[in-house]
Amino acid sequence: MIGRDLLGIEDLDRSEIERLLDTANHMREIGEREVKKVPTLRGRTIINLFFEPSTRTRASFEIAGKRLSADVINFSPSASSTKKGESILDTAKTLEAMDADAVIVRHEVSGVPRRIAEVLEAPVINAGDGAHEHPTQALLDCFTVRQVKGKIDGLTVTIVGDILHSRVARSNILAFRKLGAEVRVAAPPTMIPPAIEETFGVKAYTSLREALEGADVVMALRIQNERLAGAFIPSVREYSATYGIDRAKLQYAKEDAIVMHPGPINRGVELSHDLADHKPGVILDQVRNGVALRMAVLYLFAGRAPRQRGGDSA
Amino acid sequence: MTPSTPETPAARSRAPSSEEGLREPVPLLGVRTLLDDAGISRSLLRIAHEIIERTAEPERLYLVAIPNGGIPLARRLARGLREVADLSVPVGIVDTTLYRDDLHSTGNRPALRRTEMPSAVDDHIVVLVDDVVKTGRTIRAAMDALMDFGRPAAVQVVGLVDRGHRELPIKLDYVGKNVPTRAREQVQLRNVDGDEGVLELVIIGAPEDDAQGGES
Repeated sequence: MIGRDLLGIEDLDRSEIERLLDTANHMREIGEREVKKVPTLRGRTIINLFFEPSTRTRASFEIAGKRLSADVINFSPSASSTKKGESILDTAKTLEAMDADAVIVRHEVSGVPRRIAEVLEAPVINAGDGAHEHPTQALLDCFTVRQVKGKIDGLTVTIVGDILHSRVARSNILAFRKLGAEVRVAAPPTMIPPAIEETFGVKAYTSLREALEGADVVMALRIQNERLAGAFIPSVREYSATYGIDRAKLQYAKEDAIVMHPGPINRGVELSHDLADHKPGVILDQVRNGVALRMAVLYLFAGRAPRQRGGDSA
Repeated sequence: MTPSTPETPAARSRAPSSEEGLREPVPLLGVRTLLDDAGISRSLLRIAHEIIERTAEPERLYLVAIPNGGIPLARRLARGLREVADLSVPVGIVDTTLYRDDLHSTGNRPALRRTEMPSAVDDHIVVLVDDVVKTGRTIRAAMDALMDFGRPAAVQVVGLVDRGHRELPIKLDYVGKNVPTRAREQVQLRNVDGDEGVLELVIIGAPEDDAQGGES
């Protein structure tokens, strides 16, 4: 049985991931109905607690919650105006008093969702913490690949970009590995974490061409222009020339390879314009599947019987 | 033939004494067949006749199966309607899990099953098909689900078995077999050959202290 919180792919085993994907598959059908709403979480309250700005993930969770008839409340204390630690737990206690049935947390610091989960009675769902994990993004990526390719076992997935700073990369590596795919990462040497091969069971490449050879799935990560240029890469332009995915480079991958991107895309940087728009619809499928996947997450985690009262809770 | 001795499992198919029953694994607790495959087909064919008899505009019929047991039954019923009245009736499937009334109180999260509605239900006479009806809560959930797909002209219910023990004011329109049961017994539709080809309806006794009731 699935645990109480969803803090990272690292806590899930293969059968739990598959249960989430199977549930999401059924949730998709609801989005195709005339009345896109089921009464499952009627009377439950879900709180989106986003310390770091986010448009799509927050909206995706909000729609997912509403489709399950939950009341969704958005709470966005600005991280800069508060001091870490103390105020986060104060906020958590405030939420406790609101009888939340699930709290969805995003924070720029790794580990904050887990810390909040320690003090809250409600289940906590990680919507992205620092460079640690972004489990629902990885789950929806796996869901999309399974939908398009029919399976994940035995596929080759190449993740291209800033592996070092990317929680999306980390969660995806863990998820695709657990589901039986071969995972490769490709990036400039400065963006590949040391010992990644031993730690995560992936193959690391600095040559994009070699990394793409025979790939079924090519996932481009967002390059954070402002933060990285000059420090980890000489320039965005050079990065784009070497590691940006365009039609010519895609030739090295399998003919039926799909191109994914967690969004938002820097057009012309990590993905060429024609690929961002063309290569039929998988990137927009990712967005649509995100709602179904998050409905599955809320169904399986939110509003379950309260945690065993004992020890630390009052 | 192997001579049967009192120790063989076959000898157990008589209802065990309650003393004995307490520790038996479920399959040994007197599994009894209520309807075999041919019996199920006969019941559904009779129901097909009844539906035709009682429906003024049978071309507006729409069968909706409640998974899992309702699915093979609805398919057979559709075949029956074709034989009896040369009707081609759409067959949909509606999963009731997300409409259950016990999700919060139990905290359980049952696996979802598929929902497939091939066409709009508006103005159709929808016949819900379920295998075993007991409390009526599943039928209530199915009706709520159905309303999210449109506005049927009427909703009727077929149950292959009516066990009694109703907890909601729901009455079946067509019944295969009325089977008085104890609340803790289980009645199950099984696939004998695993491919929805051969069905069997069985009743399984339950030890007195077993709090798990089948819900339908």
